[in-house]
Amino acid sequence: MAKQILKCTVNGEAVEALVQPYLTLLDALREELGLTGPKEGCGTGDCGACSIHLDGHLVASCLVLAMQARGRSVTTIEGLARGGTLTPVQEAFVRHGVPQCGFCIPGVLMAAAALLDENPKPTPEEIRYAIAGNLCRCTGYTTMITAISEAAGVAANRGSARGA
Amino acid sequence: MRRFELITPGSIDDCLRALKGRGTEVQLLAGGTDLLPQLKNGLIKPTTVVDLSGVAELRVLEGDAQRGFRVGAAVTARALERDARVRAIYPALAESAALVGSIQIRNLATIGGNLCNAAPSADMAPPLVALEAEAVVASGGGRRRVPVASFFSGVRRTVLAPDELLVEFVIPAPGPRSGGAYLRHTPRRELDIAVVGVASQVTLTDGVCAKVRIALAAVAPTPVRATAAEQALAGQPLTPQAITRAADLAVEAARPISDQRGSAEFRRHLVRILTRRTLAQALARASG
Repeated sequence: MAKQILKCTVNGEAVEALVQPYLTLLDALREELGLTGPKEGCGTGDCGACSIHLDGHLVASCLVLAMQARGRSVTTIEGLARGGTLTPVQEAFVRHGVPQCGFCIPGVLMAAAALLDENPKPTPEEIRYAIAGNLCRCTGYTTMITAISEAAGVAANRGSARGA
Repeated sequence: MRRFELITPGSIDDCLRALKGRGTEVQLLAGGTDLLPQLKNGLIKPTTVVDLSGVAELRVLEGDAQRGFRVGAAVTARALERDARVRAIYPALAESAALVGSIQIRNLATIGGNLCNAAPSADMAPPLVALEAEAVVASGGGRRRVPVASFFSGVRRTVLAPDELLVEFVIPAPGPRSGGAYLRHTPRRELDIAVVGVASQVTLTDGVCAKVRIALAAVAPTPVRATAAEQALAGQPLTPQAITRAADLAVEAARPISDQRGSAEFRRHLVRILTRRTLAQALARASG
C-alpha cells in the first residue's frame, strides 16, 4: 500500500509529509510531525483529548484521516500561543491551576479557543456546553469554567448547580 | 487500523466510477465519526475507502421558505445547527442536529452519514421523515428519489445499493403557519444516544390542524411514523385533550425492545410524553 503525500498547513506553516492512507490525523501529528500536544484517550471521539482546529473548526483528530487534511489548515495546542506569548485563556488556566494530570488540557484549551472565537462573551451555561465533549478524569471542570470565564471577562457564576 | 487504499474523488461522477461494480469492500467516508470507530474495531474491513471531503456538490445547503431546501449529504450537523435559515424554517431538523455527539463530533458528522449509518436512534432521521424529505440517490444509471420514510430497510440497513451514492436531501417548504420540534430522552444531555426521539411537524389552517406528521426514533428497527395519531389530529383543533389522545395513539406505532438504554415499557412511556411535548411545541411555533 503506497504512502501518499500530505500537503497542508500546520500551526501556520506549510507542511509536507509522507503518510499511509489509513493513518489518522492524530497519529500523523504525533508520530510524523512530533506534535504531541493532542492526545489519544479513547480513539473513538468520545473523550476530546485529541481536539484540534481544522480550518478553524473544533474536531476530534482521532476521527479524521491524515489525508483528509490535504490543502487544509490545522491548528494544535502548540500553535495556540504565538511567539511564545500565551493566550488569555491559557494564562487563566495557569493562574487558576487548572491542569491536574494535564492529559485533557490541550483538548480543553482548543475547545475553549473555538468557543471564544465564535462567542467572545459566553455564559457559564455556554461554556459548559462548549467543553461537554472533553472528559477530565481529574474532574477539574469548575476551575476550567472559572478560567474560561475570566479570560472572556464574564462572571463565572460559580454558585450555579446546573450541570453541562 | 487495518490497511486500506484511499481514493479522493473531486466530483460525484468520480465517486460513482469508484463504486461501479463494487460491493462492501468499498466504503464511503463522509464525516468519519461512525466509520472510523468501525474501521478501528474491525467491524468493517474495506480494501478501499472513498473520501468524500473533496466533493463540493455534496455540501450544498440552499433554499428558502417558499421553495424548500436542498441539503447535501455531506453537510455537517454543526452547519445545520447553526444555519439561521434552517433554524427558522426547519426547527426540528436544527434541534436534532444540535443533539448529535459533541461539538468535536458535529463539526465532522454529516446528515447523510447519520442516515446511511441507519442506527434506529439516528437523531436527524425523524425530522426528515416528519418533513416528508426525499433522498436523492445517484448511480451510474442516473438518479432516483427515495422518500426518507422508505430509506431504511432494517437496523443499520438502507435501500441503497452498493454502487449508489446518497447525494442530497430535498426538503419541501413547510408552508405558512407551520411548526416543528424534535425532542429526545437521554440520561446525559451531551454525547449520548436517544432512548427515544420524537419529531412532530404541524400545519394549521383556520385554527385546525391541516396536516401533521409524527416520526419516532429508537422504538423500532427503523424510524416509524405514528400514523394513527396523525389521523386522529387531521382536521381537528389542536386542543390539549386532542394532543393527549394523539400521544396515546402514537404509542401504538412503537415496537420497542428492552436494552441497556431502557425497557420497552419505559420507551412506550417516553413516546407518549415526547409526542405530547413535541406536538405542543410544534403548535406554538405554527401559531407564533
